[in-house]
Amino acid sequence: MAKKKSKPRATAESMASKQREISVSEFFAKNRHLLGFDNPRKALLTTIKEAVDNALDACEEAEILPDIEVKIEELEAPPSPTKPGRYKVTITDNGPGIVRRQVENIFGKLLYGSKFHRLKMSRGQQGIGISAAGMYGLMTTGKPMVIHTKPNKKKAAHHIELAMDTSKNQPEVTIDVETDDFPETSTGTGTMVAIILEARFQRGKTSVEAYLEQTAIANPHAKITFIPPDKASEDPTLEADEQAPESNGDEESSEIVRTAEYADRIEYPRTIAELPTETEEIKPHPYGVELGNFLRLLKVTDEKQLAGFFKNEFCRVPPSVVKEVTKKASSSKKTITGQTYISTIDNAAAEKLYKALQDSKLRSPPTDCLAPIGVRQMLAGMLKGVQAEFYTASTRNPAVYRGNPFQIEAAVAYGGDLPGDQQARVIRFANRVPLLYQQSACCSFKSVVDTSWRNYNMSQPRGGSPVGPLVIMIHMASVWVPFTSESKEAIADYDEIRKEMKLALQDCGRKLGQYIRRRQKMKREGERRDVFERYIGEISRACNALTGTDTKELYEALMKQAKRRTEIADAQLDEEGKFIKDEHGKLAKEEDVIIVQNGAVANEVQDAAKQEAVAKPSKRSTKKSAKKKVVKKVRKKKTTEKASLFEG
Amino acid sequence: MAKKKTTKKPSGKKRTKKSAASSRKERDAKTAKSLEGLAEGIVKSALSGREPKMDVPTRSAGNTKWNKSKGILQMGSAAQERQLFNMGQARKFMQTLLHGQGISNLIEQEKTLSLRGMYYSGLHTIQGTKEKTFNDQTESDGILEDLEVSIGALREELHVFAKKRGTMVGNITIIDSGDTIDCRRMGSGGYAIPSICEPDVIQFENVEADFVLHVEKDTVWQRFNEDKFWKTHNCILTEGSGQPPRGVRRMLHRLNKEHGLPIICLLDCDPWGHYIYSVIKQGSISLAFESERLAIPEAKFLGIRAKDYEACGLSDDVKIDLNDRDKTRAKQIAEYPWFADRKQWQKEINTMLRNGFKMEVESLITKDISYVTETYVPERLKAEDWIS
Repeated sequence: MAKKKSKPRATAESMASKQREISVSEFFAKNRHLLGFDNPRKALLTTIKEAVDNALDACEEAEILPDIEVKIEELEAPPSPTKPGRYKVTITDNGPGIVRRQVENIFGKLLYGSKFHRLKMSRGQQGIGISAAGMYGLMTTGKPMVIHTKPNKKKAAHHIELAMDTSKNQPEVTIDVETDDFPETSTGTGTMVAIILEARFQRGKTSVEAYLEQTAIANPHAKITFIPPDKASEDPTLEADEQAPESNGDEESSEIVRTAEYADRIEYPRTIAELPTETEEIKPHPYGVELGNFLRLLKVTDEKQLAGFFKNEFCRVPPSVVKEVTKKASSSKKTITGQTYISTIDNAAAEKLYKALQDSKLRSPPTDCLAPIGVRQMLAGMLKGVQAEFYTASTRNPAVYRGNPFQIEAAVAYGGDLPGDQQARVIRFANRVPLLYQQSACCSFKSVVDTSWRNYNMSQPRGGSPVGPLVIMIHMASVWVPFTSESKEAIADYDEIRKEMKLALQDCGRKLGQYIRRRQKMKREGERRDVFERYIGEISRACNALTGTDTKELYEALMKQAKRRTEIADAQLDEEGKFIKDEHGKLAKEEDVIIVQNGAVANEVQDAAKQEAVAKPSKRSTKKSAKKKVVKKVRKKKTTEKASLFEG
Repeated sequence: MAKKKTTKKPSGKKRTKKSAASSRKERDAKTAKSLEGLAEGIVKSALSGREPKMDVPTRSAGNTKWNKSKGILQMGSAAQERQLFNMGQARKFMQTLLHGQGISNLIEQEKTLSLRGMYYSGLHTIQGTKEKTFNDQTESDGILEDLEVSIGALREELHVFAKKRGTMVGNITIIDSGDTIDCRRMGSGGYAIPSICEPDVIQFENVEADFVLHVEKDTVWQRFNEDKFWKTHNCILTEGSGQPPRGVRRMLHRLNKEHGLPIICLLDCDPWGHYIYSVIKQGSISLAFESERLAIPEAKFLGIRAKDYEACGLSDDVKIDLNDRDKTRAKQIAEYPWFADRKQWQKEINTMLRNGFKMEVESLITKDISYVTETYVPERLKAEDWIS
């Protein structure tokens, strides 16, 4: 209060001198948590996430099968467990590269991108990600972002270092040279981004590794190589030996290609050599447009007349609806028709138009804008990333919420090495991007809890997710995924979405239940045989003592009978319970189910695995030093397993 | 059990012993044959590819028939098939044969084993597994009973005996496995009634007693023995430590059948005492197949009677309240067909239920230490105040 007295009163002029435009970058520098940079651990994940999402999007648009390498190097170890260390993150892709003049815009400016202004299914939506990551690096370490990009295979790559002027939302190029030092990629083009930032590297549920693992599941067409800090310094020369089983393209045997951990890297192999279908961009559907947006569209449109406006700015508004809407919006003073000039529409009339439009009956938006992962691809992804014995997947037909088309997919992996006494692991995806945080706030998790898994022979505590050796995957594909916040961590709980999710889960659950029941039955039969066989030895010896019959002869006669009887029992079960037989045959033949037994697999997903087995590994390794070193036995070493077709 | 020796031993009773020995041989041969037949059937079906199975008569209340004219319980004809290729029966099937083999061994070696001994003789771990052939003795005991009924041989004939229980003293001399035992000279401990009381093991000699007084338990028996009740009343005094084992019942049965001695029971006034009497008289459900050789339809129930609380002028202290279990059991007993048409028994049980308390034989001690031996029993015997 004392200060106030001594100072002259603020005037409009003096206040105006302090008022200035806040740049978006400045805003986000102060509010980094909105973008997922709340803490050093999350910052590292978000950085990698944004870069990988961009790389995948770019590759797919250029119709290139993505090869992505993520490398984390520890420059300074965290001085204490509570303080961050300094890390260098390098993400390399084999995408189309970026033309020189766009580099600053893409990496140095917030809210610059191709994705925000259109309704198209893609991983990123707002176009703030990668530049925000660069800015975070700059703010925490003072180091600029280093970009190598090679848009043309015949020309040298660009080496650009970018710092960002947060006050101006303008990039500042500190180094800009051409270089030959670009890693060889399968396409000859590509981009490599390196960011140095303060971060913390951890393993676990919300780690980089979990993110990449799940990304690999949802993107079986991508090959991702991950070099965590503890492997970054390892010698890669022996990788050729390690890869041997993968390249053994034996035509007769199909092999399960699984995530493999080597001494110097973790590799998430490509299991489907087929790009997701290219999606169409769509115009907004009127039901999904709010009044403010509608008014804005009226202002910015290039169209002169209402008919053209409705036709070209929206989807699913046929002339008949235009006629009906304009008629409703007309008043005694002013008659509005399709030919009315937009410039003559005032706000009141616009509002009337909007209301009429909302009341009109419109067809659902087109759904060719959606590219679901697909049943086959989900199965391949799950097979790669989850060690289980039963896999099933389901893709629902597209549906609509608030005028936005969306499509739900679910997959379930059961049994095998999965822990049986814990709650099922739910992995969530939106447009193929894994969602790692805020699980319980997410519509997908709620739908898991909502589904009654007891119907499918799983145990489920009241109001909880099921307990058992189960991994549940849910994917939502949409031109606009409704996230609960900007950091894109949880899907908002729309009734339409939850309903679709439940239906997809139920579809998977039914197959799972069938499988569990069948397996129980088979187990019982096996136990039956075991019991008989156990006692036959005793019985033959006793009978021998009592009657003098040859023990061995009797033993063999009884064993033969035991085998026959359990076989008969099998057959009887098949005949009596058509249920069992059908189920047996049906499950094995179905395309949306994979059953792995003792490393043997059922059905055609393996074709893709085989194709991939032939695909050549990246030649990068040859560039690196060639010191010999003993191969380390690694924790999760899982190469390929032999598989044979499960006969239906 | 030196059976061979008995035949060699020179003795005045050579003839009876010889016939006893030969009858045993005959019986052993018969048992061995039945066992062989059991195994033979299994071998035959096994080799011809048919399902190996055996019939085991059902030992349950449902399969127990009340033979009113004979006054005994008998086993019905219901039998259960025991199959090897049946999850619930495979193990029992194996155990039955295992014991069959064990018994055939015993017969061959002319030895006997206790129930517990049989459990151990059949016990081993099944090859290639961690499973034992028998989990405990109960399992083994059940199998032996199954074997008894399925080959129609008695436990004695299987060379198996139970832990002995029950004592005897009185004006009688018996020969047990060749040893002469004068039951008048048994001191305070008495003669322990063996588990097997078949004629080839035990022969009676010099039966002077007029009747047998059977008491429920050892404590009461001690009282009578100390007061030399058997001497003053010329009788045999037995006790069965609660529910009498087969040996005691067989002994009573033989004394009754072979020497016409009335069997008079002094048991507690509670459902368990009543049921002990019922078992002695008609036989039990689980051993219904042996009733003909164990049941004594003429047995009498002397007391303690429900009326005795007033009749003997006992104090309130001796009352033990009937609990719910007692009441249920009492009603159950009253409804057994072999009790249902006995007016005396219906009255007895009803009186007890109306009283709402039970009484032990020892309650008479409150009157005087020897009241039971000097007053209670002699008076009742004289008045023939018993029910049956």
